[in-house]
Amino acid sequence: MSLKTILILIPLLPLLAAAVAGLLRNQVGRAGSHWVTILGVAISFALSVYVLYLQMYQGLGTQNISVYTWMVADGIKFEIGFLIDHLSSLMMVVVSFISFMVHIYTIGYMADDPGYQRFFSYIALFTFSMLMLVMSNNFLQLFFGWEAVGLVSYLLIGFWFDRESAVYAGLKAFLVNRVGDFGFLLGIAAVLYCFGSMDYFEVFAAAPGIEGQSVSIIPGVEWQWITVICICLFIGAMGKSAQAPLHVWLPDSMEGPTPISALIHAATMVTAGIFMVARMSPLFELSEAALSFVMLIGALTAFFMGLVGIVQNDIKRVIAYSTLSQLGYMTVALGVSAYSAAIFHLGTHAFFKALLFLGAGSVIIALHHQQDMRYMGGLRKQMPITWITAWVGTLALIGFPFFAGFYSKDAIIEAVHASSRWGAGVAYWAVLLGVIVTSFYSFRLLYLTFHGKPRYTVDVGAGHHPPDGVLQHAPKESPLVVTVPLILLAIPSIVIGYLTIDPVLFTGWLSDSITVLPQNDVLAAVGEHFHGPTAMAQHALQTAPFWLMLGGFVLATLVYMVRPALAGTLAQRFPRLHALLENKFYVDELYQKLFIGNTLRIGNGLWKKADAGLIDGWLVNGSAKLVGSLSARVRTWQSGFLFQYAFAMIIGLIGILAIWVML
Amino acid sequence: MTRMDFLLIAPELWVVTMTCVILFVDLFLKEERRAIVYLLAMVTLVFAAIITLRFDYGGDPTASAFAFNGSFVRDQMGDMLKLFSYFVLAMVFIYAKFFLRQSRMFRADFYTLSLEALLGIMLLISANNLVMVYLGLELLALASYTLVAYDRDSAKGSEAAMKYFVLGSMASGILLYGMSMIYGATGTLDLVAISEAVRVSGSDDIMLVFGLVFLVVGLAFKFGAVPFHMWVPDVYEGAPVSTTLFISSVPKMAAFAMAFRLLQTGLGDLQSDWMQMLSLLAVLSIVFGNLAAIAQTNIKRMLAYSTIGHMGFVLMGLLPGTAESYGAGMFYVIVYALMSAAAFGMVIMLSARGVEAENLDDFKGLNRRNSWYAAIMAMVMFSMAGVPVFVGFFAKWLVIQAALNAGLVWLAIIAVVFSVIGAFYYIRVVKLMYFDEPITEAPIDAPVDFRAAISLNGVIMLGLGIFSGSLIQICMSSFGA
Repeated sequence: MSLKTILILIPLLPLLAAAVAGLLRNQVGRAGSHWVTILGVAISFALSVYVLYLQMYQGLGTQNISVYTWMVADGIKFEIGFLIDHLSSLMMVVVSFISFMVHIYTIGYMADDPGYQRFFSYIALFTFSMLMLVMSNNFLQLFFGWEAVGLVSYLLIGFWFDRESAVYAGLKAFLVNRVGDFGFLLGIAAVLYCFGSMDYFEVFAAAPGIEGQSVSIIPGVEWQWITVICICLFIGAMGKSAQAPLHVWLPDSMEGPTPISALIHAATMVTAGIFMVARMSPLFELSEAALSFVMLIGALTAFFMGLVGIVQNDIKRVIAYSTLSQLGYMTVALGVSAYSAAIFHLGTHAFFKALLFLGAGSVIIALHHQQDMRYMGGLRKQMPITWITAWVGTLALIGFPFFAGFYSKDAIIEAVHASSRWGAGVAYWAVLLGVIVTSFYSFRLLYLTFHGKPRYTVDVGAGHHPPDGVLQHAPKESPLVVTVPLILLAIPSIVIGYLTIDPVLFTGWLSDSITVLPQNDVLAAVGEHFHGPTAMAQHALQTAPFWLMLGGFVLATLVYMVRPALAGTLAQRFPRLHALLENKFYVDELYQKLFIGNTLRIGNGLWKKADAGLIDGWLVNGSAKLVGSLSARVRTWQSGFLFQYAFAMIIGLIGILAIWVML
Repeated sequence: MTRMDFLLIAPELWVVTMTCVILFVDLFLKEERRAIVYLLAMVTLVFAAIITLRFDYGGDPTASAFAFNGSFVRDQMGDMLKLFSYFVLAMVFIYAKFFLRQSRMFRADFYTLSLEALLGIMLLISANNLVMVYLGLELLALASYTLVAYDRDSAKGSEAAMKYFVLGSMASGILLYGMSMIYGATGTLDLVAISEAVRVSGSDDIMLVFGLVFLVVGLAFKFGAVPFHMWVPDVYEGAPVSTTLFISSVPKMAAFAMAFRLLQTGLGDLQSDWMQMLSLLAVLSIVFGNLAAIAQTNIKRMLAYSTIGHMGFVLMGLLPGTAESYGAGMFYVIVYALMSAAAFGMVIMLSARGVEAENLDDFKGLNRRNSWYAAIMAMVMFSMAGVPVFVGFFAKWLVIQAALNAGLVWLAIIAVVFSVIGAFYYIRVVKLMYFDEPITEAPIDAPVDFRAAISLNGVIMLGLGIFSGSLIQICMSSFGA
């Protein structure tokens, strides 16, 4: 097989699998649908690993392969093509691996669901879309993948379409993403306008040429073209990667089945924005203003979204806010030009966040779809594997030395510290204090779920829909299809950071994909103090993040283990603060009032007056009436009398004669 | 006269021979063996196609060969139109057999008359001389009049035939008068010679312009263009549906060829004059045909007005006088013949026990009765309306594009606006089939050849739309575009 064939197969196999599982769902049945999709994704994963292997050990350089030219319009090529370098091959492996794990896990999680085949079809379709996104070599295909993952995300959030809340959440995710996509599309249009090409390489090569060129969008204010492009593109990333203030859809997206929360809303799709900005580093590097903007948005998200996570009771929502906060970390890293650190954190986060979500899912299955942590507790005895893997995931998330998250998060914090970009000081404090917050909500989750005394009762006669806190059956450990993916994800959550920090961050493994101007290279500064992963972990004891993390641990232990009553007391002592966090800073309410209310009002007005009145009443029905009456009149001309017909012919003849001969 | 002359007219000779053979054979056939006539007629068409295809142009699509001192011409355009005439006529034969059997009119006359009309069509397509044009036209017309009156006991049919005959004779007279004036002005009957004479004498000759007007009127009658369209709805409605099926489809291709030969080959230098006449006729036809079709409740009348609208489009393809526009017009007329055959085929299919499915209401709930045939009818209707992907869209698109390229923006705008208005009555049929309750639950039944033919005819609407390239290519290359 040639490389091109392999590359075509990688996204195509999941697509075919999705088509089979979706369109032939009745023919292949439940088992058939999971086999075909798992096989497709497994081969796709194996091929991705092979491509990564070729790149790492066989010296396969950057490949820019054009597969098919869709059309050429006005000299601009629209094509399907693959750009394979270290960044995209790394992403391919991460995406296909997590997807593979989630596919297996789904067999257990969705076992009783009537939409089994549909679900497999969607997640395979998602894998296809995400692979198309990361493998793209041009903006058009990037946009295609971007929209396709958004579509699948919408379909999966609203997977249980008979639940009103799920439909609402799906719609919300879609609409909020539209806001981001609007910016993204404007960005692509600006790229097309400035460079006349959609191809990454052509655009990147031409990018330095437009430095200094400006445009006045608002009369009198001159903007650098490059800044406009970067900020527009980043607005797209804000939507997809759920950065404040476009973050509101992600917590609600937890309405979807848990495997989806793991795959799409934690590990892969939401990182598309991060990936895109890293891919566009040759553009972003040229605009200090855009990078500052990126950094501040990331810092805002990293700190404040973590705070909200502290007061959530739904186990999945806690992890969702944690995801928001971690995405904020990645964005901050992008903003200080530490693109490699962002990608590194993206990779490690994918593993441990998928692990945490799947662990939460395991708990949810055991408790018969109870997601409220107030009715959990003490599950460590019944669910040892889930418990241990959840600990692993937590330690990785809070950045405990030697665990995956430690390396990536510490690298980001150090990089922000080393940066001298405008606003870096604020960002540094945000990410530093974020550590204590992360640690606090993570341990809160662990304690409430697995430790302490059970806060549920088991009542065999409770019926199918028992009240909260009452279970029909005692919880037990989940089946193998659930626990094996947990274990397989736990391993990289521990070791992946240790193994890969040196090549990814400091020896320039990603330098073929990422451009960093010398004056912006904060990671080089960080790298001067880097003496191997072991030394870094030992050194951690002398740094602030470690102690902050420990502080969060101590606080959480105090509040939720030693004196459980303290949590309620604190909430009563600071009602305003608690309400602020409980209501997520009132962002949803603000949007509801400001945008949705007004949009509805304008929409209603346009509908009743403009559409129903003017367009329907006047233009559409009016012209239809006109045509109808004309038609009825014309009809009567056909009298049936032969002499009239003959007369008409003569008149016609004379008429034509008169016109052409006499004039 | 040489051997070559006879080789060139071999298809015509074959058709005329077989028509006589069928007439003769029929004398000895018993009632229950009548199907042999049908088989012979089909064989005639198949071999006519083979004979036509055997002629070789040596690779040049615009080459032409003349016979009988230039009165007869063979070229790619003519051969393509003849081939499609055979094909559509074969469809007509298959559809008509079912109807004629059911209404107890299955006699050899229908087939022999149709073949005679075909002969007229073939002569008309290949005519390169005013007398030959007239000969073909009259042969076609006389056979058509008889076919309209085919159901002898039907008062409506006789009335329609009478109207058709009187008006048709008048049109023939007008055409003949025009021809005589052209002859007077140029002193020749040969179209090539006429065009040379016009080039020499210039186009200011009042007699020539008078002749042209009369010719155009004769043509307009044949096309059924407004205001020479009055016969169309009455004849379509009055004639048995098997005849309507025939006269609505195949002769239109002959009319196109006749218009091309008379106007382009013969009077090409008067293009600026006849372009304006044709634009007027095209606009009137498109506007009037589409408007009047909306008010119809009888499907045959509706399709009659729809034909008028479609012929407006064919005229629009003729009038810019460029190679590209002729190609578009030829493509349009071929596509139209196929669509019309399919539409009337569906009308026949719904005719139960010899009672014609005359009203639009007969299509109600067709989807419930048989979803496949409803789908075919839907494809035909979408194609006629010019919905993309279906072949009718490409036909309209090419014609409108040709008009635009010739700078006739106003004409293109009118065409587009009225195709949108016209889409209403086509899509209404689709609505009736899919969203209304059926009047009867009687299952749809037809012989296997009928079902195969109508399915093929319907699928062509989609297939020729998706793979429209090669036919468009052939049509365009016939005129060197």
